[in-house]
Formats: sequence, C-alpha cells, structure tokens
Amino acid sequence: MSSHAATIDHHHDPTTSTGIPNKKLLMWAFLASDCMFFGTLISTHLIYRLHPPAGGLDPKAVFSPELTSFSTFILLMSSLMMALAVTAIQKGNVKSCRWSLLTTIFFGMIFLGCQVYEFQHFVYDKKMTLSNSLLGTTFYTLTGTHGCHVAIGVLWLVLMYVRSFKPGTGSAQRTWFSAQILHAATLIVLLLLVLKVTLGLVHALQVEPGFGAAMTSFLKHEFLGIAGMMLALWGCVWFARPRGPVQFGVANAIDVESMGLYWHFVDIVWIVIFTAVYLLEYL
Amino acid sequence: MDASANTAYLTKEEQAPAAPKFLAHPTAKTGLMGWLTTVDHKKIGFLYGFFALIFFLIGGFEALLIRTQLMVPNNNVLTAQQYNTLFTMHGTTMIFLAVMPLSSAFFNFIMPLQIGARDVAFPRLNAFSLWTFVAGAIILNIGWFLPADKYGAPDGAWVGYPPITSKTFNPKHSIDFWVMGLQLLGVASIAASLNFIVTIINMRAPGMTMMRLPVFVWMTLVTSFLIILSFPAITIALVQLMMDRNFSTSFFEVSGGGMPILWQHLFWVFGHPEVYILILPAMGIISEILPTFSRKPLFGYPIVVFSGACIGFLGFAVWSHHMFTTGMGTVATAAFALATMAIAVPTGVKIFNWIGTLWGGHLMMRTPMLFALGFVWMFMLGGMSGIMHSAAPADAQQHDSYFVVAHFHYVLIGGSIFALLAGLHYWFPLMFGRKVSEGWGRVSFWVIFVGFNVTFFPMHFLGLNGMPRRTFTYDPNLGWNSANFIATMGAYVLGIGMFIYFAVLAYTYFKGEKVGRDYWDGRTLEWSLQNPPPEYNFSAIPTVHARDAWWYEKHNQAEVEKERAQHAKEEEAHGGIHMPYGSIWPFVASMGLLVAAIGATCFDANPNPGIHAKLGITLVGGVITFLGIYFWSLEGNEGYHLHLDKDGKVVEDHSHRH
Repeated sequence: MSSHAATIDHHHDPTTSTGIPNKKLLMWAFLASDCMFFGTLISTHLIYRLHPPAGGLDPKAVFSPELTSFSTFILLMSSLMMALAVTAIQKGNVKSCRWSLLTTIFFGMIFLGCQVYEFQHFVYDKKMTLSNSLLGTTFYTLTGTHGCHVAIGVLWLVLMYVRSFKPGTGSAQRTWFSAQILHAATLIVLLLLVLKVTLGLVHALQVEPGFGAAMTSFLKHEFLGIAGMMLALWGCVWFARPRGPVQFGVANAIDVESMGLYWHFVDIVWIVIFTAVYLLEYL
Repeated sequence: MDASANTAYLTKEEQAPAAPKFLAHPTAKTGLMGWLTTVDHKKIGFLYGFFALIFFLIGGFEALLIRTQLMVPNNNVLTAQQYNTLFTMHGTTMIFLAVMPLSSAFFNFIMPLQIGARDVAFPRLNAFSLWTFVAGAIILNIGWFLPADKYGAPDGAWVGYPPITSKTFNPKHSIDFWVMGLQLLGVASIAASLNFIVTIINMRAPGMTMMRLPVFVWMTLVTSFLIILSFPAITIALVQLMMDRNFSTSFFEVSGGGMPILWQHLFWVFGHPEVYILILPAMGIISEILPTFSRKPLFGYPIVVFSGACIGFLGFAVWSHHMFTTGMGTVATAAFALATMAIAVPTGVKIFNWIGTLWGGHLMMRTPMLFALGFVWMFMLGGMSGIMHSAAPADAQQHDSYFVVAHFHYVLIGGSIFALLAGLHYWFPLMFGRKVSEGWGRVSFWVIFVGFNVTFFPMHFLGLNGMPRRTFTYDPNLGWNSANFIATMGAYVLGIGMFIYFAVLAYTYFKGEKVGRDYWDGRTLEWSLQNPPPEYNFSAIPTVHARDAWWYEKHNQAEVEKERAQHAKEEEAHGGIHMPYGSIWPFVASMGLLVAAIGATCFDANPNPGIHAKLGITLVGGVITFLGIYFWSLEGNEGYHLHLDKDGKVVEDHSHRH
C-alpha cells in the first residue's frame, strides 16, 4: 500500500517509518480496542448463560436460527462487496467502486432490517424484553451494540459514496457542499423508507389471511412510505447524474480501505456472536 | 499576509469549486479562536497540563478537607454524606483529571519532539481528545453546582461498586454524572492513545529505530496500548450500569438474577491496567531525568524497555488481587497472587537499572534530580507494601484498611506525582524558555517530601491497627487518635509544599529567568530545539545516529550540520515545511458530546411517549457531534507550507494547499 500511496503523490503523502499508511494503522489499533468492547459484552452474556437465574427464559424457545443464518450470510456477502469496492478504487475505477459501495449498503440494510424484525418478534411474540429477563438484558445489549456498529458502518458507507461525487478541479459545479449534504440526506431517507416499507410488507403478509388482502392492507398503510421512497429514489438518481470530473480516485483508496477494515471487523464479530450466542445453544 | 495568499490561490486556480465560507480554514494563531482551533501538539499539551493542574489543586483541596475531618475522633466538620462525596471525587479527580491528563500533557508536548516529528499523526483528532476530556471533566464536576437533594456530586467511591451505585440505593443523578463523565474521559483517552500509537510507530525521524526511542516514548507507547485495551472493559461496565439505572436491566441487579461481583471483575480488568497507566509514564520521565543528571547513558536500556512492556502485559493478569476477599476459590486466588508477585520482578529490574545509571555517575543534584531520587525511594516503599498485599492471606487482613490507602498513596504521590513534578521542572526551560528558581525548587521538594511521609507513613500503622477506609469518623478509644492527628498535620505540610511548588512555577512562567537552548545539557532530541520550540518544531527533520540522539549530535557537529543543510534543501525542493491547518470542528464535535451528556444526565426519564427534555437534548447533542465530525471530514486534511529565509524568519505560503 505504501509504495502505492507514494506513487500517487510523492509530494505530500508523508512516507511513514513503517510504510503502513497512518489511517490503516489507526484503524488496526482501534479494532484491537473494539475487540475488547465486544469481548466484554460477549463474556457478560456467556457468564450469565452459565449462571442463569432460576426460571429464566430458554433461548431455544426464543431464537429463530433460520432467519439469523440468513442475515449472517447476507452480512458475509456484504463483506465481499466491500472488498470489491476497495479493489475497484485502488485501480481508480470510481464507477465500479460506487456500485460496490451501494451493494454493501444494501446488504448492510438487509441485515439491519432482519435485526429490527428479530427484535420486535422477540419482544411482542416471544415476550422477551430488555428488562423482564437477564437473557433479554444481555442479548439485546450485545446484539444491539453490534447493530449500532453496523448502522454506523452503513452511515459511513453512505457518506463515502456521496463523497465520491465531490467535483474536481475543472468542474463548473459551485455548490458541491450543499449538494453533498442533500445527497447524503436523500440517500439516508431512502434507506429508512425502504426499511419501513419492507417491514410493512412482511407484517401485512403475516397478519392478513390471504395474499390479496395482504397487498391491499400493505398499500393502504404504506402508500405514503412508497411515494416517499420513489421520490427519494428519484432524488438519489438525480444527484448521481454525471457532472464532470470528480475529486475521488486512487488517492482515496486508503479511506475506502480503512472503512473496509472496519466493515470486515464488524462482520467477523458477528460470526463470533452468531456462534457464541445462537449456535452454542443448540450443541 | 494570509488574505493575499488566499486571493492568489483563487486567481491561480479559478476552476476549483468554491468551498462554503464556514469551511474555510481558521488562521488565527492567538486569542480565543487560536486556542479553540489549534492542532499544534505543543499548545494542546499545554492546555492538557493547564487543566490537569487546576484539577490537581481541586483534588488536593478535597484531600485536605478529608484529612481535616479525620484529624480528631468524632469530628463533625463534614457530614457522612459530604465525606462520601469528597473521597469519591478526590479519587476520581486525581486519577482521571489530574495524573492522566498531566501524563498526557507530556505525551503531547514532549513525545513528538523526542522522535523528531513535526506533530502527531492526526492533529485534529488530538484536539478532539483534548476537548472531549474537558467535556468529561465538566460532567464529572457539574453536580457540585446543582441542588444536592436531587443531583449532587458523585458519591459512590472511585470504584463505583453496585449496589451502592444502583438506582435503588442511589436514586440521585450524581452517579449518572460519574458514569457519563467517565465515559467521555474514556473516549478522550482512547482517541488520544490511538493517535500516540500511530505517531510513535509511524512518525519517527529517519534513523530513529524502535530500540533508539527514548524510554519516555517507549512508556508512552506501552501506556497507550494499555489504555486502548483496558478502557473498553470499564466503558462496557459503565454502559451496563447506565442500562441498569435508566432502562431497568439487571446486569448487576440481584433481584433480576444479575451478579454485582461481575462489576468488580469488569472494573478491575480496567482498574489494574489503569494503575500502570498512571505509573508507566512516570517511570518514563524518571528514565529521562536520571541519565541527564548523572551525565551517563541509561544503564541497561533494552532491559528497562522490556521490563516496562512486561509490566504492561502482566498488568492484565492480576486484576483479581483487588478481590481476594470476595471468595473466588483457592485456585484463582493462588494464580492471581503468583501473577502479582511476578510483577515485582520487572519493577525491581527497573529500580536496579536506575541505580546502575546513578552508579559512578557525575551526579548533578538539581531540583528535577531530587524529585527523581525521591521517586525511586518512595516508589520502592510503595512497591514493598504492594508485595505484602499480593500474599492473599495477609491481604485478607489489610483489605479495605488504611494500609491500602498508605500503599497506593506511596505509589501514586511518591511515584506518579513526584515524577510528574520532576518532569515539570525538567522540561520547563524547554517549554517556556525560563528556568524555575533552584532555591525555591529545593524548598518545595523538601517540604513536599517531608509532608508526604508524615501524612502517609502513619497510615500503615492505622491500617494494621484496623482502621477501615472510607469511614467518615471514628471513636476516641480505638487507638487511632495520634496517628490520625500526625497524618493530618502532614497533609497540611504537604499542602504548603504544593502551594510553594505551584506558586514558584506560576511566578517563573511570567517572570522567571530566561535561559538558552539545552539548559540541562540534555541527551534527547527535544533539547536540540530553541526554547520555546517553534510551531514547526524542526527546521529540518533530523537524522538519528544513536540512542542519545542529541548527545551524538553535540559530539559530531560537523557531520550533523552538513546533513541538516542537505535535508533542509531537499525539503525546500519539495515545497517547504508542511503544516496542518487549524480546525474548529473537533471542538464542535466535543461540545456536542457535552450537550448530549448533559441531556442524558441532568433530566429525569419521562414515561410518556414523545420526545422530552432528556431524549431531546441528548439527540441535539448527538446531531451536533455528527455534524462536527462530518464537516471535519469535508473540510479535508490539507495544509500549507512554511519557508525559512536566510535569517531563520518564517514565511507562510498558502499557494498550493494539500
């Protein structure tokens, strides 16, 4: 990487003592620290699984491993897309990088959607809340912290994707700053609405007796959401229209790569959580 | 000059997309804006030191109130509640708001100079650490200014054991301040440590190999790793406590199946490394001062470095020796006792190496040297009583008694504080170009030394005679009267000593005698600079040829001068000295955290649906922080260039920013 960075700009990428870019080293050190955060949370959960209170909930009666396996697979695939985004920008392929970022965001949102669905399913159908059982206390805190990490990752990906539209020297665009902010806001609104509408669809399919009734109920309840979603989608496409040279390329590879390290780490943590919290219960 | 440079920039590259006005880089170098937007590691270090000294004086004042209450039996200067608040805040303030930031002040100011760097790796992140530390300090102390019946300052001891800190037994917001204050301080410490780690590993001058790093830099590195690896444990423990208090979870609630002992484990997994976070920087400072004033290189440099790293590693394997009396079982107790005794080995090795440094040296008995020698002696005494604690059966007798109080004040005052006071005297000429009066320095040392021992030595006997910690008064017939009285008198002497020390320091800052470069005839690179150091630190990045880099330069001047001229020419050919722009956004992000923390701590939860004060203000703070970070990233990390003309005068050049 360092030789890579050096060939981009001899002039200002300060050569580091080790050859490792500063941002990468910072991210590695932060992830070492983050290991301890999750280590503490996972330990807390496992300790209380080893010493469960009398009459506590049985996790096997609560968990639905099929859905969680699916979302785990999706998160793994998002890591693949993240890796492709890093490769693309290292080769200077902005367009391919953008698509890979968008796919990563999309998969990340599927994971988050599954988690939202899982939480509300556990709370309303399985009667496990944050405060009514020790299992709920440790489970929601641990997986919720992981979900926050994924959400921060998605936000970071969104801002990086939008950042790739910052106009470069030679562009006539003079309002890039407000464009950046509006673009990011529109994309975030789009993602939230997609989440809401999809969950509404799932809810309608589960509650209503037939497919037709489900669709009617879905359209009735989510009409505004769908309209807003379409509008936001149009906004995102409009902001992404080609407008001349951009200030985003090989020089930004290190930014995307640091973000990728974070994303992969959050993914790996989930594999540990999935194993320790869900799969171990079925051994 | 700045303005003209900016115009030149715009006319030259007319096509460049305009940045909005409020993202323009601040150029103020003085005044309030200069301080709020600074990214200069020396100014940030100065601010850390400034705030740390204020809190050191506050914590010291709290200690004097505690000692006044304990002067005579059945005293009623303080109520039990006030006493609880004072010893809680004394401990928390001294650890998190005095010793840690004072160490951080030296990390910031001295470490980049010692490795031959122009700044830390992430200057704006450094500013964020500073202001987040300030926000945490405000939250921790905000309770003093709010009504005591509902708020008040934290009163659950610095260890905050539930159920003392649970909602049931402590419904006031004081514990919320403690939880959120420590959370912010943790964010600040971790961010700062990540920065130092990258700086030390990646920003060393050419030739500055890891085994040529000054020991202080090594100890900065080890301490930073301890911080990033141990703080997460308390962060999560605090999150769990916060959830218990605010969202009725039962992490530490016995009624819900939780176990309060879990808190003790999580706290001490952090708490024991924290002890080394407090002492390792001190050991680093001592390892700089002893060679300088012995006129000899440090004895056994690699052994000293490895011992420091070894202490860091072992520090993670001994936490349960704080819990010998909780009934962990024989195996766990024996294992933690053995690991604790093992730590005495690298510590003893360090002490012998310091003695080896003194041995046969040409000793200069100046004030920093006096404090350093005081450190070696007093820290050793504290270490000895530490080994006594490591024997679990003996510890069962000493646990939570004044013997423990005596022990940790010997390692924290006789250890950390002595070394930090030594460091202030030692680096003062470099930082401010003035020297502290030798006579007054000696007076302050001896008064502090005597006061300290008179205060804390009798506490060993008090502890062995059964006086428990954290009791606000005692009966006259327990045999504790005279020792307590002596300790209080000692505390007053110690207070006078500290007053002399800081009064002299303040006087010197304004009126002290000016001195030239390299006042102590030092050995490490920071002494190669003029004092106070210019904002760009090194006019040309030095090449390091030996462990005591500056000592080598002083004895090979011809070679070094040629090399420096060559470097300066090369840098000029590459555009000159690269400087980072200041930024207001780290400050904005930190103030967002402050607002969010005020929202989360100062208001009651409202069970009605909708957004109320607690959630609303917290969200506003969160949005401010997010925007601060977002604008921080959008403004970019570009900088400008400096050129030194023939007379060494600085010319700023904003024409090609990067």
